[in-house]
Amino acid sequence: MCGIVGLFLKDPKLEPHLGAMLTDMLITMTDRGPDSAGIAIYGGAKDGLGKITVQSAQPERDFKDLDADLHAAIGQPVALLVKSTHAVIEVPLGQMDAARSALAHLRPEVKVMSAGDSIEIFKEVGLPKDVARRFEVAKMHGTHGIGHTRMATESAVTTMGAHPFSTGPDQCLVHNGSLSNHNGLRRELIRKGMTFETQNDTEVAAAYVSQKLKEGEDLGTALESGLDDLDGFFTFVVGTKNGFGVVRDPIACKPAVMAETDQYVAFGSEYRALVNLPGIEDARVWEPEPATVYFWER
Amino acid sequence: MQTFDLGAESLRALNSSLHALKGQTNMTEWEVINPKGAHAIAAGVDAPVDITVRGSTGYYCAGMNKQATIRIKGSAGPGVAENMMSGTVIIDGDASQYAGATGRGGLLVIKGNASSRCGISMKGIDIVVHGNIGHMSCFMAQSGNVLVLGNAGEALGDSLYEARIFVRGSVKSLGADCIEKEMRDEHFLIVEDLLRRGEAEGKAKPEEFRRYGSARKLYTFNIDNASSY
Repeated sequence: MCGIVGLFLKDPKLEPHLGAMLTDMLITMTDRGPDSAGIAIYGGAKDGLGKITVQSAQPERDFKDLDADLHAAIGQPVALLVKSTHAVIEVPLGQMDAARSALAHLRPEVKVMSAGDSIEIFKEVGLPKDVARRFEVAKMHGTHGIGHTRMATESAVTTMGAHPFSTGPDQCLVHNGSLSNHNGLRRELIRKGMTFETQNDTEVAAAYVSQKLKEGEDLGTALESGLDDLDGFFTFVVGTKNGFGVVRDPIACKPAVMAETDQYVAFGSEYRALVNLPGIEDARVWEPEPATVYFWER
Repeated sequence: MQTFDLGAESLRALNSSLHALKGQTNMTEWEVINPKGAHAIAAGVDAPVDITVRGSTGYYCAGMNKQATIRIKGSAGPGVAENMMSGTVIIDGDASQYAGATGRGGLLVIKGNASSRCGISMKGIDIVVHGNIGHMSCFMAQSGNVLVLGNAGEALGDSLYEARIFVRGSVKSLGADCIEKEMRDEHFLIVEDLLRRGEAEGKAKPEEFRRYGSARKLYTFNIDNASSY
């Protein structure tokens, strides 16, 4: 098992409440996976600036003076917001690659969780309520977001093994299930230039989608391709800067419920996750069909 | 009428109250409010009572039901009425995967659609679905009847034993050893009875259905034992 929740807001009035709504949904799914939890939130994009979310096992050491050190390295001002073991670094969009390579030299033990215009990812070992509190997720604003609570089945319970996985700019993917051909696919993707942080199967699925997007496919087409190329059990929820997608394998034993109103599209592993959403009584509620790609873009 | 608020009291308290009902009881009408998708609501009831759940339910609602009539005024999560023994379960909305799995008796009515594996390994239950059923439905179904007013998904009745399947609409594909069979007089009577009991009278006519059953090539069927199926 694992628990997935997702929200894609259509009504800007709900944007200040995105973090609180996702937190409530994710906590409801705690008993589907107590090992680790994570959340990706899209919001707060600023003109000309990009965000890199990083993680460190020793935040006091690694985040101290990181903004000044990066400023010196790239010659541009850098903003740093530390949240527990994670930090969000804001740099001019044109300096994103320079900042990432400087970071690798300046703080070799720091891991990049996500990078892009608007994505931020926070994930740690522990229960959803503790992870959400640690990163103050309930206070976050945004347009869409995805949460995951993990019951590990095939690779280690670590921060980097927690979901969401981000393998491309403003992209993320979460997974309930297990893949059986991830080792072969990982080798192919490495040959195409993708890099991997873990031995985790889901990271391969995320990188697969990123590679397809890089090759010019849109999100819907990339997920269609995944139905042919990924073998195993999966319910995936995928985020991009403007989009939100869902796909289940053809056997579809991993549960999924969706709800749509004029205000939002919501995803939950179970209906329980959706019961506190506004207007859920009158929402269109359905189970996504097997081997069928759903996606929304703004 | 006993009203039980799952927003105020625990699921365990509800199910303990329901399990305490044995044989004859004066408390025959129950209403459960604020179910909010909780798991195992009214599972394991064994008394001739009426229970109405006002909202949608999570996993295994009405599982192992005996005697009770349970109405869900919403949709049901995975495994609704799993291994039902007797009684009636009626769902106003949709049912998630493996509705009525392994059911041994009683009647399950789904007024919306049922998703995959509906009636998997059923052993005597009757299931009436007003909408469609998903893929792998009636996999290894042993006995009982399934009536579908809509369409059936892929691999219907795979590795079927002696359950009868009646479908009004299209069947995406038949599973291994499942074949279409002739509708005889006795089958029209069965369909008529299921439509009436399944609250679907007037929605369809018996002659609109096609029957599917086992080709009996995959399992060891002995005609001398036919009466015991």
